[in-house]
Amino acid sequence: MDQYLLLPLLPLAAFILNITLGGGLFKNKAHWIAIPAVAGSFILAVLCFIDAVQGKVVNENVFTWIASGTFQVSFGFLIDRLTAVMLIVVTSVSLLVHIYSVGYMHGDKGYYRFFSYLSLFTFSMLMLVMSNNLLQLYFGWEAVGLCSYFLIGFWYEKKSASDAGKKAFIVNRFGDFGFGLGVIMIFLYLGSLQYADVFARVGTLQGQTVSLLGYQVDLITLIALLLFCGAAGKSAQFPLHVWLPDAMEGPTPVSALIHAATMVTAGVFMVARFNPLFILSETAMHVVALTGAFTCLFAASIALVQNDIKRVIAYSTVSQLGYMFMACGVGAFGAGVFHLYTHAFFKALLFLGAGSVMHAMSGGLDIREMGGLKKFMPVTYWTFLIASISIAGIPGLAGFFSKDEILWLAYNGGTVGKIAWLTGTLVAAITAFYSFRLIFVAFHGKFRGTHEQEHHLHESPSSMTVPLMILAIGAVAAGWVGVPAVLGGSNWIGHFFEPVLGHPHVSGGHEDEWMVMGVSVAGALGGIFLAWVMYSWKPALSDALMERMKGVHRVLLNKYYIDEFYDLVIVRPAMWLSTNVLMAITDGKIIEGIVNGVPKSIGNFGERLRKLQTGSVQHYGVVMALGLVVVLAVVTVWVLP
Amino acid sequence: MVPLNWYIGLSIVIFSLGVIGFLTRRNILIMLMSVELMLNAVNISLVAFSHYLQDLRGQVLVVFIITVAAAEAAIGLAILVSLYRNKGSVHTDTLTEMKG
Repeated sequence: MDQYLLLPLLPLAAFILNITLGGGLFKNKAHWIAIPAVAGSFILAVLCFIDAVQGKVVNENVFTWIASGTFQVSFGFLIDRLTAVMLIVVTSVSLLVHIYSVGYMHGDKGYYRFFSYLSLFTFSMLMLVMSNNLLQLYFGWEAVGLCSYFLIGFWYEKKSASDAGKKAFIVNRFGDFGFGLGVIMIFLYLGSLQYADVFARVGTLQGQTVSLLGYQVDLITLIALLLFCGAAGKSAQFPLHVWLPDAMEGPTPVSALIHAATMVTAGVFMVARFNPLFILSETAMHVVALTGAFTCLFAASIALVQNDIKRVIAYSTVSQLGYMFMACGVGAFGAGVFHLYTHAFFKALLFLGAGSVMHAMSGGLDIREMGGLKKFMPVTYWTFLIASISIAGIPGLAGFFSKDEILWLAYNGGTVGKIAWLTGTLVAAITAFYSFRLIFVAFHGKFRGTHEQEHHLHESPSSMTVPLMILAIGAVAAGWVGVPAVLGGSNWIGHFFEPVLGHPHVSGGHEDEWMVMGVSVAGALGGIFLAWVMYSWKPALSDALMERMKGVHRVLLNKYYIDEFYDLVIVRPAMWLSTNVLMAITDGKIIEGIVNGVPKSIGNFGERLRKLQTGSVQHYGVVMALGLVVVLAVVTVWVLP
Repeated sequence: MVPLNWYIGLSIVIFSLGVIGFLTRRNILIMLMSVELMLNAVNISLVAFSHYLQDLRGQVLVVFIITVAAAEAAIGLAILVSLYRNKGSVHTDTLTEMKG
């Protein structure tokens, strides 16, 4: 028991130490506190994983958190196979990002603050994945959101960074509002927030409906969709995706850890965790699958034309998260989590690689000003290339196995599954194209930046390159646990998840599987080839295409004007309401009226009262004498007789 | 034998002098003297009633009042002196710190 408790508490202790003593005592040695803590967590996570492989499931309550009538919430841990894999992902990426940050954040005046937030984030994320009840999940959920806010706005003197932090926080409110309602409904109808109770009783809700705005809505669908609201917010799915690209204002290690590998996958984790609930509602599953598929294509198309290296990777993250939801929506929860796990490695690697490039470019992010970086920073180049091959889905690397598993199971998933499969295959090609566009534009060709920048180009220090190399191993090998049967593997990870995430339905034969695989690989190779043609072989071609499709290019470059649309429909009316109604009337007139009116009237009254106090003894004497006369008169006339 | 009425009359006259003096004069020394006048007017009526009613308690009370009046005069004069030293005046019109 104790070791499980220690797993999240080690980073928490590091956070407390660093935030209280960091500024005065540790300063630029703050990593000596944070790194051992997260390394300890990593070792414990590996132990948990070994236990989980042997089939051990821990579900224990540590103490009662809230007890109020029938509302009982305890603080406990559920460590099954899903959690164990998440623990490995979170602690390993977190550890590598910690080490990388030693080099990346070197000399920053908020050094200790950065490490304390990283520790707090690791703690929160561990709480989220280890929880055995909904409220603790919600706690972790909000806490990671808070850390994300802190870290996006880490350089708070920069307006764009603090704005991006606020945007991330507020957009997540929309999703979390739905999630909160979902949690409340689960408690209302099932009387418990413990996963074990919820999953055991969820079947009793089947067929029940609830009246919502005059419509009879299926209860399970409603709950599932409310929960999915939260997942869509956290995992940046279509209507709520706008915060993630802006979140790139934060330091790059943060983008790698929070906005690629761990926090944004919390939504996928949650949907996978609630698979017993989701599979009971076909509608909810379809919504999940189609939202995922749409986001996947939508984000990938934006990534095609962006020029900011981090934004390309950010949209790629949104797109890959779409893949994961697509998998969950067709019932392939295992494949979704498998992709989550492989994605963590290659996407963290891409971000850290981008950070390394930024480091060399003195903070420059525009790929049009890069080029030819290959010879200046070979380690970054090769690891970045490996990650790109992995995400493109070239056979043998991690991304291929998980993506192929998703596409294959989507292919078997009925009409919606077929739509998802078609979208997914198309996106696989687009993904390969934009990933290699980055490679060809940024790393090949000739350097296009200023002479001064060129002089400054250098490979990053070893504290940064070593994590890159370790992640590169992950980006290659992480998928080998899920080699499908047609390629002579045993799909170990798929069977590993079966006790928790169920067994997806497969109807197609081997020929179909070869076909699915062949099409996606051909698409990926085609994408890479096209990227090579357009950005390396005949760069004029891309300019010509851009000229020809000016309108489309502009729409994509402006991200389909979604931000502008939200600004018009939500932000401006809200601002108008705030300034003209809430601030001017409610605050200005009503509240200020009361607050200022009360003392003013008391003041006026006092103003009149003070006239009585003349300060002259004689006046008091006259009043006293007259008073005495009156009293005596009253006594003699009325009282005595 | 002087009748009681005369004593009461004398007492009323002196008391009224005291009250008028207290209310009309602006010099604190005079005002203090007026207060003494009022006290002694009361003393006269007390002694007169004590004799008239053949009750010694009235005269006992007078002794107390004289004692208190002596103490009051001492304190009052002391305050007056220090007031004069600080302000250079014992005129009530110049002492307006308590004015609201």
